[in-house]
Amino acid sequence: MNPQNDLSEYLLRLADSALVQGQRLCEWCGRAPALEEEMALMNVGLDLVGQARNWYEYAAELLADGRDADRLAYRRDERAYRNLLLVEQPNGDYAVTMTKQFLYDAWHFHTLAALTGSADARVAGIAAKALKEVTYHLRRSAEWVQRLGDGTEESHRRMVAAVRELWRFTVELVHADQVEERLHRTGIAPNPEELATAWRAKVADVFASASLAMPEPASHFYLSGKRGLHTEHLGLLLAEMQFLQRAYPDATW
Amino acid sequence: MSEWTLFEVFVRSKHGLNHKHVGSVHAADAQMAIENARDLYTRRNEGVSLWVVPSALITASSPDEKEPLFDPSQDKVYRHASFYELPAEVGHM
Repeated sequence: MNPQNDLSEYLLRLADSALVQGQRLCEWCGRAPALEEEMALMNVGLDLVGQARNWYEYAAELLADGRDADRLAYRRDERAYRNLLLVEQPNGDYAVTMTKQFLYDAWHFHTLAALTGSADARVAGIAAKALKEVTYHLRRSAEWVQRLGDGTEESHRRMVAAVRELWRFTVELVHADQVEERLHRTGIAPNPEELATAWRAKVADVFASASLAMPEPASHFYLSGKRGLHTEHLGLLLAEMQFLQRAYPDATW
Repeated sequence: MSEWTLFEVFVRSKHGLNHKHVGSVHAADAQMAIENARDLYTRRNEGVSLWVVPSALITASSPDEKEPLFDPSQDKVYRHASFYELPAEVGHM
């Protein structure tokens, strides 16, 4: 692969993960446990959709095949999606939603923080803008993990179950493939080891204050999201999200 | 949710201005109240600082006391600066 293909591939990963996570959050619209939480969930979700747009626009320029950001988001099939397996998992209860959000935010925060020093100025600029939003996302989701993990017997039980359910998908966050290794060597993407260490330290820190046991690193099994092989849940999410553009291609309003 | 506390929210819109009451939020603790207030009341660039106070901690005057508390000030015009005539030498202030 030439370096430009690596970069557009990497941009799609960042964009797809942000978009899918944003879409999952927006599924809470009208169903959140409190009005205040609903507003907060939508704020975070729409932040992520906005960030995805920035990454898609840059990817579209590099791909230069006539597709724009909307086309990349709404007209690609499941197998062309490059998001992390973690973010496509269903929302479940609030413990699952917040655990998923936190595990992603911790990864997202350290990824963006490293990308602000990227050798690619455009990547560094988009990352710097997104980092301000994600700093807040991480603070909010970490507090929820503490609140629920160290809350009542019921909330603790649900958090333990959520961690057990989601942990297997975290190996993908801290396992760099060849694309990421090559991009790191050219100074564009973060150092995979430093990113993995920073992510683990943050998660261990928050779990400790939330009375949650830090599991052993997950086995190297669920690693295929970045390559386009997804769990059964992504197809359903895309079917809903892409419905309009599939039914009425190029519709605008 | 039913056990959440009601907090009153105050936003300062600019440096140098006062915090102003803008509304209320429900939250499990003060930190969450700050975040909920941020998401509800500063979405459109309204603020640079937030205060939250548990509503139960506010002591309010009673509507029954309105007359003794506020009526006596109605006929005390000399408490307004405009009551006093300025000497001509002062000019415009």
